[in-house]
Amino acid sequence: MQFDSLLRWQNIIKFLFFLLFVKPFIFWILGINIRGAEKLLHTDNGAIIVANHNSHIDTLLIMSLFPMSKIIKIHPVAAEDYFCNTKFKSFIFKTLIGIIPIKRKLSKQPKEVFFKEINNALKNKHIIIIYPEGTRGEDNLIHDFKTGVAHIAKMNPAVPVIPMYVNGPDKILPKVDFLPVPFISDIYVSAHIYYDNSSTKDFTNKIKRVVEELYIIHKKTHGKE
Amino acid sequence: MINITDNVRFCIEGLYVILFIITCFAYALGFIKKDKKDVANFKTRMKSFWVIVVLFTLAFIFNKLAAIIFIMLISYLALKEFFSMIPTRRSDRRVLLWAYLSIPIQYYFLYTGWVAMFYLFIPLYMFLLIPLRMVMVGDNDGFLKSCGTIHWGLMACVYAIGYFALYFAIPESINPAGGSLGFLMYILIVTISNDFMQFVFGKSFGRHKIIPNVSPNKTVEGFVGGVVSTSIIAGCLAHFLTPFTYPQAYLVGVVIAIAGFFGDVTMSAIKRDIGVKDTGSLLPGHGGILDRLDSMIFTVPLFFHYVAYIYNVGILD
Repeated sequence: MQFDSLLRWQNIIKFLFFLLFVKPFIFWILGINIRGAEKLLHTDNGAIIVANHNSHIDTLLIMSLFPMSKIIKIHPVAAEDYFCNTKFKSFIFKTLIGIIPIKRKLSKQPKEVFFKEINNALKNKHIIIIYPEGTRGEDNLIHDFKTGVAHIAKMNPAVPVIPMYVNGPDKILPKVDFLPVPFISDIYVSAHIYYDNSSTKDFTNKIKRVVEELYIIHKKTHGKE
Repeated sequence: MINITDNVRFCIEGLYVILFIITCFAYALGFIKKDKKDVANFKTRMKSFWVIVVLFTLAFIFNKLAAIIFIMLISYLALKEFFSMIPTRRSDRRVLLWAYLSIPIQYYFLYTGWVAMFYLFIPLYMFLLIPLRMVMVGDNDGFLKSCGTIHWGLMACVYAIGYFALYFAIPESINPAGGSLGFLMYILIVTISNDFMQFVFGKSFGRHKIIPNVSPNKTVEGFVGGVVSTSIIAGCLAHFLTPFTYPQAYLVGVVIAIAGFFGDVTMSAIKRDIGVKDTGSLLPGHGGILDRLDSMIFTVPLFFHYVAYIYNVGILD
């Protein structure tokens, strides 16, 4: 994928898809209750957005938080084996959502080659969304984070990591169902954190702790749910 | 087109003037008061009020279809807020979808003026359909609780709010002063001023708590002051917007004040049961849409039946 030229026909399709379908669906039919939205303002130099993952709706919600002018610069990192297993799916998701596919299996490639496309995107000041749990959870809990996100942050130390906690998509469209049901989602955005030269494992844990803190804040204000 | 009489037009204009004065007051406070946070909250509250009032006027001056679609959207937002607030079981997903689908059906009955079906659809047919769909899923744990909460949500957010649009079913000949909008205007103004008066009297003279377990801020003084002042407001507005005699108007003022109070504390009890402060965050400064509609859920249907009883209209033609 090219990241330097924005005026490609794929980007025009993605822009229209979000303007005409995704944003109206997210804001008029579903609804978002966001805390810390101002932390998303300073992302002109790219960002690594990290969130918990329960549903495909997560991605649409997070992308909708950004203004239309930034939509084509956002790329969710998506499992190649799930989203690109057929040529048709690959074409649809790359065009409409702008995903960056990644292999979920261990690779002998050097990191620079394995994360080449992600690094390219970040160098061109794009925003990536990554779910370190590696897959959608089925129980609305935060599972173990894989260290890939720390490797990306290490290779791009000037790019901020923005942890988020998303609650609601689990009810809207859980992994086990295919019909969405409208609910209002809660999104909590944390302050930016930068790679701090600790080990990738420690940095991953640090990100996970931030997401868990956001989850505790949610618990406190939402009673029995 | 909806026929808007001169009196209703005057009331709408008056509402804008009052809103304008209060907004100016809020901004003036900003210069005088030291406590900026309180004032900022007051301002966002007023901004939300402007949005509500402007949307309402736009929807109602256009035509009946626009007004009904607008109220249908309010129902949808309220129901979505309710379902997002309460604990729901994952096995109820299809049931919730059916509950959402009942909204357009209910408002179709309202639009076509099929009043009998309006009265029956949620209280009877949805009462049967919700457990039917739940049995088809087959999750027995928490069955009755789910059944009850979902139907309560429908009654409050779809059936009760639907009464906003049922006022169109009252023939205009009954109300020469206010037309079909007169009664609705009247009940909305009286309910909102009741909320306001209960708050003002409670703040100024409140000593004895009235129901400390549910709502510790509510006092006997606030309640009594609210009932008396609402009754007076209802009496003053009556000949302007409705064909009521004075005794009828004072009586309805008392009834609305009591119903509004109970609507308010009922929503408080639900919020306390679940453990949330606001029902949502749709209206900045107010909380959720249900926080604003809580008293109207009780007063609007009750007032309709008061009118229906006095003039013998709108029940079954």
